[in-house]
Amino acid sequence: MTFFLQLVVTGFALGMIYALVAIGFIIILKNSNAFNIAQGHFVMLGGYLGYTFLIVFGMPLWATILCTMAIAALGGIVIERIALRPLIGQPIISIIMMTIALSSIIEGLVTLIWGGEYKTYHGVLPTLTITVSKISIPSEPTIGLLVSATAVLILMLFYHYTKMGLAMRATAEDLQVVQSMGIKATTVYSLSWVIAFVVGVLGGILLGAISGVMTPLAEIGLKAFTVALLGGVNSIGGAIPAGIIIGILENLSAGYLDPLLPRGGLASVFPFIVMLIVLIFRPHGLFGLRKVERI
Amino acid sequence: MEQLYKKEISLFKEKKDWFSFLALVGLIAVLPPFLSDRILTIFTMIGIAIVSVHGLNLLTGYCGQVSLGHVGFMAVGAYISAVLTSKSGLSFWIALPLAGLGAGVAGLIFGLPSLRIKGFYLIMSTVAAHFIVIWLVIQLHDITGGSDGLAVPKPKIGSLVFNTKAKYFYLVSFFAIISTIVAHNIARGRVGRAFIAIRDHEIAAEVMGINLWIYKLQAFFVGCVYAGVAGALLVHYFGFASVDQFPFIDSVWYLAMLIVGGMGSTFGAVVGAICLKLLDELVTIVGPILAKAFPAVAAQFAASLSLIVRGVIIAVFLIFEPRGLLHRWDLVKSYFRLWPFSTEETD
Repeated sequence: MTFFLQLVVTGFALGMIYALVAIGFIIILKNSNAFNIAQGHFVMLGGYLGYTFLIVFGMPLWATILCTMAIAALGGIVIERIALRPLIGQPIISIIMMTIALSSIIEGLVTLIWGGEYKTYHGVLPTLTITVSKISIPSEPTIGLLVSATAVLILMLFYHYTKMGLAMRATAEDLQVVQSMGIKATTVYSLSWVIAFVVGVLGGILLGAISGVMTPLAEIGLKAFTVALLGGVNSIGGAIPAGIIIGILENLSAGYLDPLLPRGGLASVFPFIVMLIVLIFRPHGLFGLRKVERI
Repeated sequence: MEQLYKKEISLFKEKKDWFSFLALVGLIAVLPPFLSDRILTIFTMIGIAIVSVHGLNLLTGYCGQVSLGHVGFMAVGAYISAVLTSKSGLSFWIALPLAGLGAGVAGLIFGLPSLRIKGFYLIMSTVAAHFIVIWLVIQLHDITGGSDGLAVPKPKIGSLVFNTKAKYFYLVSFFAIISTIVAHNIARGRVGRAFIAIRDHEIAAEVMGINLWIYKLQAFFVGCVYAGVAGALLVHYFGFASVDQFPFIDSVWYLAMLIVGGMGSTFGAVVGAICLKLLDELVTIVGPILAKAFPAVAAQFAASLSLIVRGVIIAVFLIFEPRGLLHRWDLVKSYFRLWPFSTEETD
């Protein structure tokens, strides 16, 4: 039982970070109906930027987070302006291929600058371990959990109660109507990329502090897509329960099923299996809107 | 210009098409003794890429079902052929069709959701296919050799063993040409038209009496048969099968070939495969030279350069040449046909 609960607790914390990454996806999806393969690479870049500011420049944590977020915001504007704006009105596959191209470029740049090595800044966040009846709750993932939850809450409030949030939701619905209502669609797109990038690097810094960062970290983006899918791709709030479910399931499968298999490694494919099941049986996810298609 | 419909849709429209085809075959037959092993390797890789990219073109370019798991299906074919030839001692010529068939069936399984899900959802299910296939290969270590790899015998007919680079080049060229003709034939026939209708508007296609389910699954099957054959050719060329030969990023690269060459065109796919494989070679030649110029980052330069170049190429083509090189070539041709009375853009 202790083993089970321990797996659940670790999975819970892991799932919150998945949720944070998944929100980046959802923001882009809600706005341009294309999904952003480069989201995982934003996370990776965030992790490495955090390393540079914290360890190489020796800056305090708050300054690191501010600097990284500023770079991410700038990067989001640049990416949207140069790479994605020319593709407005193009088929979705073009936009997806563009995000693949971006992911390739970001990975190349990260390899060039940081050499793709494993970097960690363990100990930046307080490392306490609280033990509640034999289950140890490490403080670092707990902080990650709090940060993720706060970010999700802020974004939800932003989407529901501000004018810009309304404009963003409307743009997702119908681009032409929005433009004739006097909303600047390009600003909306720009902002959505900024949010996605900022959320991504935030996740990257958290992951860098908890488990370290290296180039294969970008695959978390693909796993986070499962989370987005399970929660429903147009539901920000849905990302949290979905993230927790995936995180816990992944940990449980690693804990219980891996010893039964000769080679293990089930945790790495588990999200994809869940993804296939969700895609086949409930493509709109747990909390998403079911779309009806007409000619 | 009056032309018969039969002539218009035929494979070789005019005499000069026959000539250029025969010239190509002659060139492939004559050249290898004069080429170095390195260049033959590049050409062989181009040939394998052409076989593979035709499959992706039928699936993605014609039928509009984007697949990011193409390399996973190549791995299925590769391992079926590798295991059958090395463990069961089957002939390559029996194993190869079985490899194609096996990959096709795998494609059918992962193509099943394609009726319910579309666009990026489908892409994700093919991504899932890739990772699940690779995981299964590692799990079945006793059969496939998993991450340790598996030695694969070279193919042979009678006493002729395809063990030199030149001989294997002939073999791959044969498959590349056959696959191009078959792909072109599929595309110009009823099935190809149905694929295009599905790509352009699914519901409209269904209303016109095209059975979406059958045709989409057909697209997945055919596309993955191509992938399986290409994968088998790849491992038999190296004489070795390992999961490292099938990285996820290569699927992206095959899609990039389609974009560069021109989606939904058989010859566009060939052009794309040739261009991007040559570009890859260029990067491996230029990389070390540039690394010398910037010694500070020399160690990681080669790896990062190819990633950046690939990304930039895809991005540039998407923005400036979304219909591919072949389309640009057609524009140039029509420009000169009407010259000096041509206008700038004849779309």
